[in-house]
Amino acid sequence: MENLYDVVIIGAGPAGLSAGLYTARAKMKTLILEKDKAGGQIVTTNEVANYPGSIEDATGPSLVARMVEQAENFGAERKKEEILKVDLQDKIKVVEGEKNVYKAKVVIIATGASPRYLGVPGERELTGKGVSYCATCDADFFTDLEVYVIGGGDTAVEEAMYLTKFARKVTVVHRRDELRAAKSIREKAFKNEKMAFIWDSVVEEIKGDGIVEKLVLKNKKTGDITEIEAPEEDGTFGIFPFVGYIPKNELFKDFLETDKGGYLITDPDMKTVLPGVFAAGDIRHKSLRQVVTAVADGAIAAVQAEKYIENSFED
Amino acid sequence: MIILEKNNFEDEVLKSKGLVLVDFWSDGCEPCKALMPDVEALAEKYEGKVKFCKLNITKARRLAISQRVMGLPTILLYKDGEKIEEVTKDEAKAANIEAMVEKHV
Repeated sequence: MENLYDVVIIGAGPAGLSAGLYTARAKMKTLILEKDKAGGQIVTTNEVANYPGSIEDATGPSLVARMVEQAENFGAERKKEEILKVDLQDKIKVVEGEKNVYKAKVVIIATGASPRYLGVPGERELTGKGVSYCATCDADFFTDLEVYVIGGGDTAVEEAMYLTKFARKVTVVHRRDELRAAKSIREKAFKNEKMAFIWDSVVEEIKGDGIVEKLVLKNKKTGDITEIEAPEEDGTFGIFPFVGYIPKNELFKDFLETDKGGYLITDPDMKTVLPGVFAAGDIRHKSLRQVVTAVADGAIAAVQAEKYIENSFED
Repeated sequence: MIILEKNNFEDEVLKSKGLVLVDFWSDGCEPCKALMPDVEALAEKYEGKVKFCKLNITKARRLAISQRVMGLPTILLYKDGEKIEEVTKDEAKAANIEAMVEKHV
């Protein structure tokens, strides 16, 4: 059959690349589809300090580059294509992209998650005009300017510290009165002289004429509204929201089981309710979303995929 | 694609007649690098009709900000030196860039 793969993997982040590495190494005809550049969210991270065995100064992009090379060396095929539609009910799965239609015995869903928006007025209009969700993309612009980071989790605080290498001052705005970030990260942040904190506050609105000029905050305890204006000599400042993630589940949520956050539910073998359909990485319902858990998911899904094909398809 | 720097931006873009497209990118911007091959393909397709350029903002941050670019990737389209349209961030995809160019050629 034309274009029939053993395994089609949707998403080339760490989970998808790990799955592809394992299935290709097991001599299964493997295709990894990705709409953007390989790597997923990790390529927008400058520091990967907690991935076991990662060499000193490993960055997201360098780690991913090695994963890609490894998967391709084992024979995994990789294509850049956005997937528009999937039909996963039958024994032969159909994955429809912008350019081609692919068929597979197994589909591994590794689409991941993307940053959650604040959902306040001005946010969408001023994205790329001072509002950014990618510190490594846009930090340069804020050299010697002020930056506000919204959120209090690990990502928010780590990205805030990264931004202090560029910005004059980085203020973390958090809706509670203490950070949710891990203790080791918190301690570093409190020692950093360029960091400041605004507690108990949420963003109400972002204002500006073609460029960020004002940030409107509301104190959740007192109800007070504060309007932060750009210093006159700067004219603008940066706003980096890191308030969690949303799963990229659009293609699957209508027929696969999800938790209340929209993450796909699998069993410990990464199986979904549909035979031959697996999920791996950040898209899955789980307690820890890190590279190390994503690659583990990918490996498990790959091995289960091989078993499924052996049992369900006779040559 | 023409490689822009601080010292040729004015001549190549602001003083240039006709349509000029500028792809703003940087060394640290992975989405920009992912997009670049698509922009290069469009550069070939529209050769002779639109002048395709790229600017690494790492060494030209102020210049980028002067063009109201504060986030990457951003693609600006100029006509006779005037900025007429742009796509940025999630919108900066091959199909959207082509649609923007197609409107004006």
